Amino acid sequence: MDRINRAWNSDFVWSFRHSPVAVVSLALVVVLVLSAVFAPLISPYNPFDPASLNLMNGFSKPMEPNTFTGDVFWLGTDDQGRDVFSTILYGMRISLFVGFTAVLFALLLGVSLGLIAGYVGGWTETAIMRVADVQLTFPAILVAMLIFGIAKGITPVHLRDEMAIWVLIIAIGLSDWVQFARVVRGATLVEKNKEYVQAAKLIGRKPGAIMLRHILPNVLSPVLVIATISLALAIIAEATLSFLGVGAPPTQPSLGTLIRIGQGYLFSGEWWIILYPSITLLALALSVNLLGDWLRDALNPKLR
Amino acid sequence: MEMPVLSVRDLVVEIPTRHAVLRPVNGVTFDLHRGEILGMVGESGAGKSMTGNAVIGLLDRPARIAGGEILLNGERIDQLQGEELRRLRGKHIGMVFQDPLTSLNPLLTIGEQLTETITEHLNVSASEARQRAVDGLREVGIPAADQRMDAYPHQFSGGMRQRVVIALALCAEPSLIIADEPTTALDVSVQAQIIALLKRLCRERGTAVMLITHDMGVIAETADRVAVLYAGRMAELGLARDVLTHPNHPYTIGLMGSTPLASAGQARLYQIDGSMPRLDALPAGCAFNPRCSRVQSKCSQDPSPSLAAHQDRAACWFGGEGTR
Amino acid sequence: MLAYSIRRVVQSIVVLLVVGLVAFSMFRFVGDPIDNMLGQERTDADIERLRGELGLDRPFIVQYGRFLTNAASGNFGVSFRQGRPVATILVERAPATLELAAVSGLFAMVLGVGLGVFTAIRRNGFAANFIMTVSLVGVSLPTFLIGILLIYLFAVELGWLPSFGRGDTVRLGSWSTGFLTASGLKALILPSITLGLYQMTLIMRLVRSEMLEVLRAEYIRFARARGLRERAINFHHALKNTLVPVITVTGLQLGSIIAFAIITETVFQWPGVGLLFINAIQFVDIPVMAAYLMLISVMFVGINLIVDLLYFAIDPRLRVDRTVAEG
Repeated sequence: MDRINRAWNSDFVWSFRHSPVAVVSLALVVVLVLSAVFAPLISPYNPFDPASLNLMNGFSKPMEPNTFTGDVFWLGTDDQGRDVFSTILYGMRISLFVGFTAVLFALLLGVSLGLIAGYVGGWTETAIMRVADVQLTFPAILVAMLIFGIAKGITPVHLRDEMAIWVLIIAIGLSDWVQFARVVRGATLVEKNKEYVQAAKLIGRKPGAIMLRHILPNVLSPVLVIATISLALAIIAEATLSFLGVGAPPTQPSLGTLIRIGQGYLFSGEWWIILYPSITLLALALSVNLLGDWLRDALNPKLR
Repeated sequence: MEMPVLSVRDLVVEIPTRHAVLRPVNGVTFDLHRGEILGMVGESGAGKSMTGNAVIGLLDRPARIAGGEILLNGERIDQLQGEELRRLRGKHIGMVFQDPLTSLNPLLTIGEQLTETITEHLNVSASEARQRAVDGLREVGIPAADQRMDAYPHQFSGGMRQRVVIALALCAEPSLIIADEPTTALDVSVQAQIIALLKRLCRERGTAVMLITHDMGVIAETADRVAVLYAGRMAELGLARDVLTHPNHPYTIGLMGSTPLASAGQARLYQIDGSMPRLDALPAGCAFNPRCSRVQSKCSQDPSPSLAAHQDRAACWFGGEGTR
Repeated sequence: MLAYSIRRVVQSIVVLLVVGLVAFSMFRFVGDPIDNMLGQERTDADIERLRGELGLDRPFIVQYGRFLTNAASGNFGVSFRQGRPVATILVERAPATLELAAVSGLFAMVLGVGLGVFTAIRRNGFAANFIMTVSLVGVSLPTFLIGILLIYLFAVELGWLPSFGRGDTVRLGSWSTGFLTASGLKALILPSITLGLYQMTLIMRLVRSEMLEVLRAEYIRFARARGLRERAINFHHALKNTLVPVITVTGLQLGSIIAFAIITETVFQWPGVGLLFINAIQFVDIPVMAAYLMLISVMFVGINLIVDLLYFAIDPRLRVDRTVAEG
């Protein structure tokens, strides 16, 4: 109890409790993530079960009974009579899965390479940072497109859609590690010249131990902040790729795919098909971003 | 008597926090005369730097001056704002910071930093400003000052950098210098040189110096008078040789006892029990009473007597009689 | 400094060779170029002839060398889809993308640095807080949604600006510009905002946070203590120190404008190389993909190089430390 009390009153939690933006963002993120995780339990329809679809339900307006069947859909339906609310829940599942996995991949890769580059220096550093440069030659969008283009040429037609999600994760993850590596390398270069690291070297600590025990803790907060912001960026990147048609396929639509599908109906009056997935995507990206922003301020007490 | 360069009366600095209002400086009073060096000593957090920052108007928000007066050459400066305050800094009050490594802008040559300060405050041409800057560097003992003007701070050693900082603080010929731990970040071998330099320059120009330090050795070598601060209050104020040899306040006695230099003859170092209380947990009565070796019941009831300027004594109910 | 520059240039060339290898491998191994070029009706004689023409019967390294020398002289082969030399198509398309990128980049830089400094100096003011909040929404808004929103607002609802294309263009030699006609300029507005907004908010937020960090530095306090003007402190002392880290990211951001143009060009059907690239992917037009990859790599590597050299030019500490470290 005492511990909980102390945690509750710590500066970190205190600044959280007193930042309405942070509280609302976190609440929103939690709600969105939970509804994505439990999508099969929450969603009123399974949009990908052909048996549950009725073409007569196509283009139902939100909250209005369908002209033919009388069914009511909260957020309307698309051309094939799929419930938009359900497709959004399933779409968010894919968006979040791709986002989290890609950032985790990028973080592990970036932090280790950054530490090694900064600490070891010399040719290792040059090699890693050159790879980073090559990497930067291919921004996320481009990497994914290239991999998509190459995959299109290589994979048998029937496997393409199944592979798409993993191709996305690799593409986004690979495009993002440089951020982590650059920050960690920069911090490592600064830290390794500090006296305490020199002292640790002098008393014969192994490089691995110095990196993990002395340098890594110093870069944890920027890494956490970058990871949170990267998550928002990864979600946006995924949506963009899917929107351009080089991401999640229509059989496994993410929020971006849904917006791509909905764009065709924007000018013919079926606004709900594009509006609601767009709002969901915005809410998701914005709340994660706001959280990352608050985190950066909270972990950097100098700026408070 | 000559008007003091700096006169501080009952200065109170407050920091409102979410729990309480803290007073890191609470009723500090002292005078500082032309050419005089006043040493301000005390443990960290005693309010030395905060007093210095209040005088030059550099308190970081939310800290603010909540009471008292600060007079510079007879004029009140504690209420100056914005542009007036800016004109005061550098021109009338110079400041030397603790760490010469971080107090110089790494991307500007020292020449640029000197001339911009000079042209800001003195009505001189660019070439004259440069000449003054070179002279200033020469005066603080930078060899080949003319060539070193175009060097960047990182090309100087720590001691040399602190010389540059002193040149910067003095370049607009202020009447008061606030030196906040000017030697703490330096190598021991360099410390004495910097102190000697500061002392010489101020004597020559008649600049008053407020020397903030926790190093009694520096005080002994440099200061004309000493102010001892404890928990935001003035514990003792007097001529340096008196305070150093016959301290009156029990805290000062303890402080002397725990300094190797002053107690060279003693068998072992005296130690003050405990540590300075946090500002949000000050004891009732005299702030020093829980640690005082001569505490009596009065000490935990009545606040210690306040020190009036010029009265050479300690802020203690019993200190005066005890040692003399 | 000179030694460092030379080494950086050599490194950049190595990077380009590696990219070239990727492009070549795509060209050579992804899909069968013979299949792609001849289609369904073909004879064995046709295949043999084409194989010889393309040099596909030669050793790998020879083919790679030939690919590189061709690429260096601007010969990227023939587009599978259009049946015309890729170089010709790229030259046609490049002005549209470059003009769009230039306008967006300028917009992002000027507004980004300006607003960043403003929000840092007035960091508790109402206007600064408002800008920061809006910018967060800006960062969270995917580019394509901004584009759709702008089209909906200014093209569909208000009808003020065109929703697609470049408008009328004027030919200046081989360069077709949209800068010289009213419709060309009008057509630039929405795509430029769409493309530049994201980079602008990033630059602004970066400048702001670096500036806040710098404003807390001891030398800024010392500058205050010396009675320098706020203006001099903010713009001479603080901004200069802010620029060191900002330049890296800003430079890279400007480079990525070219890459992000793919999205904007798709949304606005802007006839630039980005749209060409997307179409090439959809039709597996390998020569166009490879050529685009090579071009954009040259651009990015070039920007990286310039950024690195600038970094050293601005920070005297790095200049000296490096020379010392490298003897």
